Amino acid sequence: MTAQTQETRPGDEGPDERPDEAALLAAFDATIARHDRIEPRDWMPEKYRSTLVRQIAQHAHSEIIGMQPEGNWITRAPSLRRKAILLAKVQDEAGHGLYLYSACETLGVSRQELTLKLIEGRQKYSSIFNYPTLSYADVGTIGWLVDGAAICNQVPLCRTSYGPYGRAMIRVCKEESFHQRQGFELLSTMMRGTEAQRAMVQESVDRFWWPALMMFGPPDDDSPNTEQSMAWGIKRDTNDELRQKFVDMSVPQAAALGVTLPDAGLVWNAERGHHDFTQPDWEEFYAVVKGSGPCNAQRIAHRRRAHEDGAWVRDAATAFARTQQETAS
Amino acid sequence: MSDGAPAPDGGPAEKDFNAGGGHGAVPLEGVPTAIGEAPQGEWPLYEVFVRGKRGLNHVHVGSLHAADDQMAVRHARDVYTRRNEGVSIWVVRSSEVTASSPDEKDPLFAPAGDKVYRHPTFYDIPDDVPHM
Amino acid sequence: MTDHDNAYEGLLGGDDSQWAFGTDFEDPLAGVDTTIADGVDPAGLAAYCLMLGDDALVYSHRLSQWASNAPDLEDDIALANIALDLLGQARLLLARAAAADPTVVPVLPEGSPVPAEDALAFFRDEAGFRNVRLVEPEDADFGVTVARLLLFSTYRLALLERLRSSNDTVLAAIATKGVKEVAYHRDYAARWFLTLAQGTDESRRRLLAGLAVVWPLRAELFETHPVEATAAEEAFGVDPAVVADEVDLLLEQVLSVSGVERPDVRPTGPLGRGAGRDGRHTEAMGRMLAEMQVVARAHPQGRW
Repeated sequence: MTAQTQETRPGDEGPDERPDEAALLAAFDATIARHDRIEPRDWMPEKYRSTLVRQIAQHAHSEIIGMQPEGNWITRAPSLRRKAILLAKVQDEAGHGLYLYSACETLGVSRQELTLKLIEGRQKYSSIFNYPTLSYADVGTIGWLVDGAAICNQVPLCRTSYGPYGRAMIRVCKEESFHQRQGFELLSTMMRGTEAQRAMVQESVDRFWWPALMMFGPPDDDSPNTEQSMAWGIKRDTNDELRQKFVDMSVPQAAALGVTLPDAGLVWNAERGHHDFTQPDWEEFYAVVKGSGPCNAQRIAHRRRAHEDGAWVRDAATAFARTQQETAS
Repeated sequence: MSDGAPAPDGGPAEKDFNAGGGHGAVPLEGVPTAIGEAPQGEWPLYEVFVRGKRGLNHVHVGSLHAADDQMAVRHARDVYTRRNEGVSIWVVRSSEVTASSPDEKDPLFAPAGDKVYRHPTFYDIPDDVPHM
Repeated sequence: MTDHDNAYEGLLGGDDSQWAFGTDFEDPLAGVDTTIADGVDPAGLAAYCLMLGDDALVYSHRLSQWASNAPDLEDDIALANIALDLLGQARLLLARAAAADPTVVPVLPEGSPVPAEDALAFFRDEAGFRNVRLVEPEDADFGVTVARLLLFSTYRLALLERLRSSNDTVLAAIATKGVKEVAYHRDYAARWFLTLAQGTDESRRRLLAGLAVVWPLRAELFETHPVEATAAEEAFGVDPAVVADEVDLLLEQVLSVSGVERPDVRPTGPLGRGAGRDGRHTEAMGRMLAEMQVVARAHPQGRW
């Protein structure tokens, strides 16, 4: 589905003058095999490029849409310190989106194109952000579980084969680990508070546990593209491996917090050296991805409104810059 | 344009998802990824270089969009240094960067002259620069 | 590269210095000498700190509403920075008020762990707030925001510059830090003001509309309140009337470079004999506080 992009690029050279694709591919494969990085000017197979664009763009969109569920609580944060932490966190997410869009731009796609594809619903974002935030505890739970799950996904990406993506991810991961610890710290503080606060935390964890498990994607046997992405070093671990890692890490943290994870089937399996757990409802996952989540329409409408309402401002700056340039020359 | 068409319901064509999408699983099918025409009127891309402290070189830290040079400096402060004092920032239009060309021809990018220099990278900044 | 495989390490303990805002509540004035200078009335000092603190608190709240709504990602980040700067100033000023005169802090139920700055922010009623009305209304678009930020930051910068020589060492330190921040806010606003004024017909129209909205609330900024008069007399604060000309001149420069006339609008009058500094606010204020205080007030014994 992506091969046609090469044919449509203006000014493309005829196939005769093209360097030997086999030799280029061999050099590319050798670079990957050395665990060396691919940089923007290197030759790369079209499928590699398109896989990266898809993954980085949807990652960037997730950061930008992810500003909304937590941003929902900035104006109601219950202490000034929490307000500062939350505002700074939502700001960091804008920064993450910006870094990732920039990485995507090295592959020849502009930020504006990507934004349009997001608000037209043609590119997706993580379905976790189609769930609502209903209490202040959700700010903590998103930090602890959702950012925790994200870190499991993201840490391996710091070593991804595509240079700009890996460098963006190093910055993102550094800040993301702050977020996760801040989330955990909020929940842990609330658990030392009143009975009502403890109930608020438990209710929030009950709601977010299953969507957090879904963040790793369906079981691997349903994900045929994983193999190629892993061979290219774009993806480093399978969906199931990441999910298991996340569950194993979350159990002792839940115990430290004093919350109960809402899965009766969650038990330690000494033979495997891992926790057994119940799979989330994958039908719900597919329904949410396809648009039936509690907040899909709202999230996109919000992004569209911000983008469209801001058009006159962006246009003004463009027009002003042009006038300044004309005056100067 | 030749973007991959989304599935009829706007959702993914298949049940194929990859958790590598950072903040959670994202679909792998039916997602357009082609290089399109850059939309008109988008602010140009700038590359940002920051001197972490005296005695160090300016280091490329990333890129951003701005309407003009002045705005690019302000944005760079906000995005890449959180307006940390004592930091020197350089910005340059990405299209103004001249690069040495690799030996091999660049079949993928050679035609898109304006995109060749879109090289945002994200080097580590020295540890003594806060918020970096 | 740090070891990103172990992002979870340290979650249950370890080095706290990496945390952006610390791991527990920290008194913003911890370690600062809060002794009050001779001849300064503690109640007057506290009342004055509430005025400057509430200006920052309320305006920070309004600016924070731009998060995820700004015209572009870069300005989303910039507006959040400004809001965070003002929130930081508010915390310091409210903490200073509470330290100077603990009786300004609302009384909470026995055993409440709510720190003084939060008791002031979340448990005071509308009439207890001492901010000017300029900072209260919600902005309809970026044009109003730019106009309001220009007025507010020009005014606040002029105050803070003088406040650096306050005989209250805490206020002087807060002002010294704040001057650098607000100078940037003013620069941000002035550049956008010029850009919108000379950008497109649409941006000019919206900017002028925004300026007309905020201009009537300008006069209130420079009316000397008795608390401010005392603050100036006792040399810990600034009489805003003394910065009126300077602020006017600076605004005139921005307007004239931008080719914008002063709006021909009448100033918003006081409510009886009072205005924002007397606790008499706009209708927007009550709604804003209802939202801002709702979670905190539902949990007066809560820990956050």
